[in-house]
Amino acid sequence: MSEVAPKLREVFVEALDLDGAVDVENLKYRDIEAWDSVGHMALVAAIEDEFDVEFDTDQVIDMSSFKVAVDMVTELQSKND
Amino acid sequence: MTDLSLSGRVALVTGGTRGIGLATARALVEAGATVVLTGRDEARATEAAASVGASGLALDVTDAKAVSSLVRGVAKEHGKLDIVVANAGIMEDALLGMIKEDLVDTTLSTNVAGTLHTVQAAARAMMRKKSGAIVVLASIVGEHGSAGQTVYAASKAAVANIARSAAKELGRSGIRVNAVAPGVIETDLTSGLSEDAKAENAGKTPLGRLGRPEEVANAIRFLVSDEASFITGQVLGIDGGLVL
Repeated sequence: MSEVAPKLREVFVEALDLDGAVDVENLKYRDIEAWDSVGHMALVAAIEDEFDVEFDTDQVIDMSSFKVAVDMVTELQSKND
Repeated sequence: MTDLSLSGRVALVTGGTRGIGLATARALVEAGATVVLTGRDEARATEAAASVGASGLALDVTDAKAVSSLVRGVAKEHGKLDIVVANAGIMEDALLGMIKEDLVDTTLSTNVAGTLHTVQAAARAMMRKKSGAIVVLASIVGEHGSAGQTVYAASKAAVANIARSAAKELGRSGIRVNAVAPGVIETDLTSGLSEDAKAENAGKTPLGRLGRPEEVANAIRFLVSDEASFITGQVLGIDGGLVL
């Protein structure tokens, strides 16, 4: 997995207030109560702040799993470089 | 003890170059907030902002990406965003049989989609701190209808329900969302009314006069303050008793 993943994992844990039992790397939207639509907004905001990237509306809606988020952040960061 | 002071708060007011928006920016600055106001024209936004001690930025609220970027930028620059007043809107009258498609598109994209974009972006910016206050600008005609204002009234009814629905979604994140529903207020939007029409409207209110922008701004200042900490999802009429 990319170098984005470890940092993104921390963002997921903090933004969704996850405990150690959650398998973050395989987490999907709505797998857990904390990652509902409201949690998703908090998560998106946290990722944008942490990685200094900006999602458009379609990307926000399409960010359906941790793995997808890794790919999206990686792609956005490569555009910023 | 709480009060109406907004010292230390960061606020954004869209459509802030004149009328209710400018009065709101002024009221928030006077209450101690750091205020950014927006307008479609950058020069006007800058000039209006300077007149009240705020910062001014250009923004077209129909552009979702621009709204998102601006809101995020304001939050980033100031470290947070506590208050958003989604005021940008347009009003153009047309009797039912004279409504053009363009009028529908323009009114709905500005008043409804523009407000929605702003509330979405504000919620995202406020979500991390799990606190914030949003006020959107509905209208008394959105609550009760008005001959010749079908499109505008429909758009403002939608705005009121953006507030109600967003309040239900965002309450558990500590974000309050309310609407104000002004009656006839003396602004550029109503400057086209004849003196007779103004007198007729004033005569319908128990207070016997039209409202002033600062009277709407004062209500907004209350709704975003800690004094309104248990108020969310409400549509507050500011109409001199026009509808009772």
